[in-house]
Amino acid sequence: MSNATTPTIAVLGAGHVGPAIARLALDAGHTVAIATSGNPDDLALVTRLLIPGAEPLWPADAIARADIVVLAMPLHRFLRMDPNALSGKLVIDAMNYWPPTDGTLPPPFAAESVGTSEIVAERLHDAVVVKTLNHVGYHELETYARPSGSVDRRALGVAGDDPDAVDTVSALVDRIGYDAVPVGPLRAGRVLEPGGPVFGAVLRREDFERAVHSPAEQQMAFGLAEQHYGRSA
Amino acid sequence: MTDQPTNSVAVGAKETAFPLVLGLDTFGDRTNTADGQPLSHAQTIRNVVAEGVLAEQVGVDFFGIGEHHTDYFPMPAGDVVLASIAARTQRIHLGSAVTVLSSDDPVRVFQRYSTLNALSNGRAEVILGRGSSIESFPLFGYDLADYEQLFEEKTALFAQLLEGGPVTWQGTTRPALRDQDVVPYLEDGWRLPTWIGVGGSPQSVIRAARLGFSLMLAIIGGRPARFAPFADLFQQALANFGRPPLPVGVHGPGHVAATDEQAREEFWPHWRELIRLVAVERGFAIPTEESFAFETGPQGALYVGSPETVALKIATNLRTLGATRFDLKYGAGGLPHETLMTNIELYGRQVIPRVRELMTSAS
Repeated sequence: MSNATTPTIAVLGAGHVGPAIARLALDAGHTVAIATSGNPDDLALVTRLLIPGAEPLWPADAIARADIVVLAMPLHRFLRMDPNALSGKLVIDAMNYWPPTDGTLPPPFAAESVGTSEIVAERLHDAVVVKTLNHVGYHELETYARPSGSVDRRALGVAGDDPDAVDTVSALVDRIGYDAVPVGPLRAGRVLEPGGPVFGAVLRREDFERAVHSPAEQQMAFGLAEQHYGRSA
Repeated sequence: MTDQPTNSVAVGAKETAFPLVLGLDTFGDRTNTADGQPLSHAQTIRNVVAEGVLAEQVGVDFFGIGEHHTDYFPMPAGDVVLASIAARTQRIHLGSAVTVLSSDDPVRVFQRYSTLNALSNGRAEVILGRGSSIESFPLFGYDLADYEQLFEEKTALFAQLLEGGPVTWQGTTRPALRDQDVVPYLEDGWRLPTWIGVGGSPQSVIRAARLGFSLMLAIIGGRPARFAPFADLFQQALANFGRPPLPVGVHGPGHVAATDEQAREEFWPHWRELIRLVAVERGFAIPTEESFAFETGPQGALYVGSPETVALKIATNLRTLGATRFDLKYGAGGLPHETLMTNIELYGRQVIPRVRELMTSAS
């Protein structure tokens, strides 16, 4: 593990999202490992060409070395993972319940009263979970990253129950090119989910804050969420 | 391909001499009349036939139809429409863009496109993929959570079918085959060129290489340049699997009109409406004027503008991506048939010759 200012990152998932997050973290000077459920040898070519500088590892090795573990796999794959593998870790949940990819997940998924990161946190009871990086499209994540202070910098919401963890993750978000906007505990992180007012949108801080704090917007968002999940049922 | 367009030129350095192919794709977008009334599904389909025929007349190399099952893309049987176009054309290549193989039967897909190949004298092609569409899964009783396994098994079976001869196959996603004859055979010396459409998953690129299919990069948002490493990944993976190099293509949405301003004005309201329709289920952001300006600008993924603007963008991106094929996905959310015909005419008569000129002068 490294010092607190440049924590070592493990990205779990090498699909659309994982490589984008890994590249941003590498650019920001972090040591980055990438892992999938399979053999890291199979990841070597992808890593060398698409994520140069990252190290492909078995998940257990990547997690063991990491200060921050980023979950960047489809949610239905996460459900097959042993939750104990992440014991004691600071975990970023960048996942969404996305029926086009996940199919229909069993309850409590899709229940209006609970956010997916709350379910993830409950499964990972020995880990500290922070929700972020889930609401910007993977194809836009690198396009919009900007150094601190840029006039056209965009915002990413951060939600978590542990204030220190939220601070640590917010610092990471800032280094990879976004203004971190804490939105409250994991429960409040539902505002970052599909159908919510900032999902799929890459907003400047003031627009982001206006969107997440406007009750009318939130109501609309949850209405949309209902429609979203209703369709998939 | 069996008979390459005679005016094609080899492009690029790291790409071995694959011909430059410039095509058009449609999803059978349900079009409106000039006064904004939606046409029937049936009329929309007949119009697509007219569009395909015009594409050949103005010099387009390929005409592709993407499988969809919605009111706004009423196009579930593109191969039937392609057969109609085949009967009215002589030269243009015809294919799916894409076939949603994971919710179809590879044997039937092979049979339909092998039949199209027969009807068209070897002009059929297949692009396999998902096309970010999901509506065929509930329709045919598939679970999206099984997507990976469905696509993995079915692409492998499709590769086996292309080899010809009796097929023996066993898997979990369709009944087993034992020494099964699958007809119609491809005619002697003909192939059924097969591509895999990829939206940005590295594992999909590797799968295409493993199976020996060409790579079609579907780039519908963000900077196309970020896909450049995918072409390298594809060629290196092919080498690792002991396969020769294969071409890389790009599929991108756009609209051509006489001027940049006219193209943007025509396209924008329909694009916005279309993305609004699909945003909820696909997770797209609803476009703003700002995001539209980015996407239609030099860094973005939309090919919207005058013939010169669109040609420059195509040539630039082909070079950046090491690609030798570009298919323009024309039409969007109700753009009238007449406007689409003008788009096709400008694309064939002005964009394509200009791209060829730009690619030749660059090499």
